[in-house]
Amino acid sequence: MAIWFRHLLTDGLALRRPDLKGLPFVLAATVKNKMIVTASSAAAEQQGVFTGMAAADARAAVAELLVINDTPGKSAKLLRLLGLWCIRYTPVVAIDLPDGLMLNISGCAHLWVDERTYLKEIVLKLRNSGFDARAAIADTPGAAWAISRYAKTNPIVESGMQIKALATLPPAALRLEPDILERLQKLGFRTVGNLISIPASVLRRRFGNMLLLRIDQALGKKEEELVPLVPPVPYVERLPCLEPIRTALGIEIAIEKLLSALCIRLKTEGKGLRKAVLKCHRIDGRKVQVGITTNRGSQNLQHLRKLFNLQIAKIEPALGIDLFILEALKVEDVDVVQEQLWAEAKGLEDAALAELLDRVAGKIGAAAIGRYLPAEHYWPEQSVKLATSLKEEPGTKWPVQMRPIRLLAIPERIQVMALVPDNPPKMFIYKKKRHTIIKADGPERIGREWWRDNGEHRDYYAVEDSDGQRYWVFRSGPYNGDSPAWYLHGYFS
Amino acid sequence: MESKKDIIQKLRQNILQMEGYRPPLAGLHNLIGLGPVESAFPNGIFPVAALHEFICNSAEQAAAGGGLVTGILSSLMKQDGICVWISKAKPLFAPAMTVFGIEPHRVVFISLSKDEDALWVMEEALKCSGLTAVVCEVQELNFKQSQRLQLTVEQSRVTCFVLRNATAKLSATACTARWQVKPMPSADLNGLPGLGFFRWQVNLLKVRNGKPGSWVLEWNNGRFMPVEHLVLEEKRKAG
Repeated sequence: MAIWFRHLLTDGLALRRPDLKGLPFVLAATVKNKMIVTASSAAAEQQGVFTGMAAADARAAVAELLVINDTPGKSAKLLRLLGLWCIRYTPVVAIDLPDGLMLNISGCAHLWVDERTYLKEIVLKLRNSGFDARAAIADTPGAAWAISRYAKTNPIVESGMQIKALATLPPAALRLEPDILERLQKLGFRTVGNLISIPASVLRRRFGNMLLLRIDQALGKKEEELVPLVPPVPYVERLPCLEPIRTALGIEIAIEKLLSALCIRLKTEGKGLRKAVLKCHRIDGRKVQVGITTNRGSQNLQHLRKLFNLQIAKIEPALGIDLFILEALKVEDVDVVQEQLWAEAKGLEDAALAELLDRVAGKIGAAAIGRYLPAEHYWPEQSVKLATSLKEEPGTKWPVQMRPIRLLAIPERIQVMALVPDNPPKMFIYKKKRHTIIKADGPERIGREWWRDNGEHRDYYAVEDSDGQRYWVFRSGPYNGDSPAWYLHGYFS
Repeated sequence: MESKKDIIQKLRQNILQMEGYRPPLAGLHNLIGLGPVESAFPNGIFPVAALHEFICNSAEQAAAGGGLVTGILSSLMKQDGICVWISKAKPLFAPAMTVFGIEPHRVVFISLSKDEDALWVMEEALKCSGLTAVVCEVQELNFKQSQRLQLTVEQSRVTCFVLRNATAKLSATACTARWQVKPMPSADLNGLPGLGFFRWQVNLLKVRNGKPGSWVLEWNNGRFMPVEHLVLEEKRKAG
């Protein structure tokens, strides 16, 4: 069976963006410095915009036309998803680029009574979900392809009747290349029927082997192989137990077994585990589960076992656990590195560091770990941001400024004496202790970002008291006469 | 016939080797740039794979200790080094590290509230030989805990700094050195107003196999500078 999606790309896009539904729009890509329409929606086609036109011409023809940039490889992705969906109807589904699927339905159709209801079921389901699909059933993929695209009626070809069904169709139904089609057109071959009656040797001399191959494939004289889609197998391992497990040691052994099986698979596929969950089904019908996450893909059994061992205390076996399921929710490709002969500082790429952080995250929580990157803000509290991953590098350079090494989370109120309003303070009292200021730098005025929050600016002073202790103090807002608000914000080293 | 002095010198070297100090390699002197402070350590070299304990009695001293450690780290982490900084509650203000020549994004901060957690993380981190240094802020560190850490450090050769902030009773620890850093008034810069270079009084209260002492150091243009004349003055004052 062949399925043809007439507006594959545009239907797919309309599904994702419901506002486009029913509107004339086209996808266009740049070919030789010219925007060429690569797919047009049903509404656009009705108004005369077809694939292959220049986008400018299409715009001229249809005033309200929307032109959207095309991303290559989209159709293969869509077809793959549709193909995976079709696996419910037959185990063998192949992608037929650029806009179709091939299904081998031998032995499947009778499950839906007969071929007609089977075809109807699939086509209606696809149409209801928004794809303009047409399908045909025939003995050979070639014939089904031709019928689905070029036949007006009767999408089901009886067994052995391909010649009759194809005879009235144009030669394009044979999946030929454009230059062969052009030559056939010139020589007056309007239908496939004209071609079939001509001896093979004559055709080969004029049009090459390709035409004969296509005819033979359509008529079933030559085999055509489909490359079936293989649905991804989830990374899941199961371990049923004869006797319910109740001890920590038992759980540890179960984890070890599951992990070793999973790691072998990960290693053969060159993947690393990022996130996994262990589900324990207890005999009282309840389910307990614990999860781990890693900072970088890992297939290291020792490391993963350690991470799970930190979680064992959270598993409550109650009367016993009789089924363990280990599921890897997220895996990623990892490059397998050769083990090094000598250890050296490897920077942030170091696998041992990532493993250390995994262990810390498993025991204490990922929130405890932080690595800072510069943020482009002057306001001290906002001048750093947390890095999202170990690999993230700072986007801008770190500013070199006089900043205190300890910054108080919340500035603390101090009492200050200053000689002149805009002079640095002469003395301040913090926690009932009096600090006489000998040296001071400042003021450094830091304003708030008005588009983020509103409030007073701060005038910062770096001050040193008589004992040589250095502080970062600021006055909030301008000097307002009676009670200027002074705060201590940090300690310099 | 060897003189008595030579024999004693030789025996001392043997003891050092037995205790895990490797004989000095050429060019390792003044690696950190601490100048005279380094001469207090055995062989005259700042011990890298060792446990250093910093006593901080106040927030100001903690900041000064943090500054000195950051300065030492900057020369330890020179190439591609990574440091783990385990802190209580709020970590250091990262942008301040740029003054000491460290790119703050190469420091991984882990903030914990409990001492047990901090010690666990510290030990795990010290096992990680790819790290350059581990800095940890804890309240208390008893002899057993420090011994455990020291053994880990000897295995992995990671430098460890422990900043202790509750020092009601100072018990003995297995640390290689016990430091105390106090902020000192900065020097006048040719009569210019404002703050000068950061200046600290660095006390080595205890050094295993070394000579404890007291020095004044300054962070001057990206490196430590010993301030000799102040030390002399203090000595003169003391008698």
